[in-house]
Amino acid sequence: MTPLLSVKDLRVTFETHRGPVKAVRGVSFDLGRERLGIVGESGSGKSQTGRALLRLSAGNGRVSADKMEFDGIDLMTASERKMRGIRGARISMIMQDPRYSLNPVLRVGDQIAEAFLVHSSASRREARAQALQMLKTVQIREPEKVYQMYPHQVSGGMGQRVMIAMMLIPNPDIIIADEPTSALDVTVQMQVLALLDDMVRERGMGLILISHDLNLVASFCDRVLVMYAGRVMEVIEAGRLNEAKHPYTRGLLNCVPELDEPQDMLPVLQRDPAWVTAGD
Amino acid sequence: MIDVSELNVTFGQGRSELRAVQDVSFRIEAGESFGLVGESGSGKSTVLRAISRLTQDWTGSIKIAGAELEHRRDRKTTRRMQMVFQDPYGSLHPRHTINDILMEPLEIHRMDRREARVLTALEDVGLGIEMRFRYPYQISGGQRQRIAIARALILEPEILLLDEPTSALDVSVQAEILNLLKRIQRERGLTYLMVSHDLAVVAHMCERVAVMNRGRFAEVLTTEQLRSGTPKQDYTRQLLTASGRYDRDVAKSFVSFD
Repeated sequence: MTPLLSVKDLRVTFETHRGPVKAVRGVSFDLGRERLGIVGESGSGKSQTGRALLRLSAGNGRVSADKMEFDGIDLMTASERKMRGIRGARISMIMQDPRYSLNPVLRVGDQIAEAFLVHSSASRREARAQALQMLKTVQIREPEKVYQMYPHQVSGGMGQRVMIAMMLIPNPDIIIADEPTSALDVTVQMQVLALLDDMVRERGMGLILISHDLNLVASFCDRVLVMYAGRVMEVIEAGRLNEAKHPYTRGLLNCVPELDEPQDMLPVLQRDPAWVTAGD
Repeated sequence: MIDVSELNVTFGQGRSELRAVQDVSFRIEAGESFGLVGESGSGKSTVLRAISRLTQDWTGSIKIAGAELEHRRDRKTTRRMQMVFQDPYGSLHPRHTINDILMEPLEIHRMDRREARVLTALEDVGLGIEMRFRYPYQISGGQRQRIAIARALILEPEILLLDEPTSALDVSVQAEILNLLKRIQRERGLTYLMVSHDLAVVAHMCERVAVMNRGRFAEVLTTEQLRSGTPKQDYTRQLLTASGRYDRDVAKSFVSFD
């Protein structure tokens, strides 16, 4: 089976006044209709990997790859017009904090309807009906009421559901979720993940979940890429997190306090400079 | 060391009145670490802000080492009780050098040997003296949080109020900061009151934990009770399951505790 998305040797470099910063340095992976996790600490290049896929890297960034292909389309050479057709409609992205991603002066329902209208020739009335249906799908109890609300009137969890509704309404093939739950309380976090889980199962989508939380991602995804300093350190089958071999992955796992394993002092992650230079 | 009884904090009035904290009482012994956990809006940070008197809209009684606190901040109790905030990017003045940041409390409290105290404070939190004349934007998030801890310690307080001190940090840096806080507490016999949304972090740091929901204490547990998963309240039990790994069926079973 050919993968939905295939990436080989992706590199993202930013030109700064202090010289080039290599944010992503040779990342390769395939994505099928599955849940793939990308885990790393701040600055590991996980978000830049997701952004490069949609050509959303900042202006001073240079992206190169041997291959970056989505459903037969070469994402490296596709025209800007073609990319606009892909963004949102076929590959969409959920950002971390709904408070910054929603337009504060538009009703949330209209924002969802707009996402539908942009990629179809439907009427406003139909878009509204679709948006209401979508609010129901993301388990919002009173869709008619929530449709009329402004972003500041909804809670964090509800805001993230609205974002998910907006991203799902064009029925994309791939969803890139960049820390979709880290601004949420743990119970709401689990509920939002369950929702994404349902969407992937029912609609057969591919999901890339970008997060700093290795334990959470491993319990949710099928496969996890562990990134450090712009590189993939290790790819793990999610169920086999305990068998992770790379010292970075092991270090990350060990330094998190656990409820069921009391420790006096936490082991501190020792970084090996060779991890940064490996493969250069 | 800290004795809080019948603490109520109310914001706004009339129709927009919000009772952020309702009838909260607890005691913390000297040298003890006490944790407050709960979801956002549960009132955990507001309790801390009332004790530090960053919020003045509270009623009830707060005693520090037997002495009743007034609503106004006074120099004597602020010196005994210092706070470390969540976001080391927001809590350090961007235009002040590390030296300015550490000197300021010494000047306000008219302490002697300022120079020497700044150097010791840096050393205590594991930073070199070369940090002294840098600006916050020149150092990492973990180093910033060390500076925030150094600033709190420089007045030699007996109590540290810790408001989510590691939740803005990467887990590897969190481990370093938690170890630092634990070591300092042992060396100086400090009393900690720590707020966090992370049950595992609180269990690691504290001997007792209060679980808050909607401004009230749902229950107070020992760390052992929390670890063994034997809370009395359903609310706490759900919080515990949600803190673990993702489980589809468990996530579907969640109810809301309003």
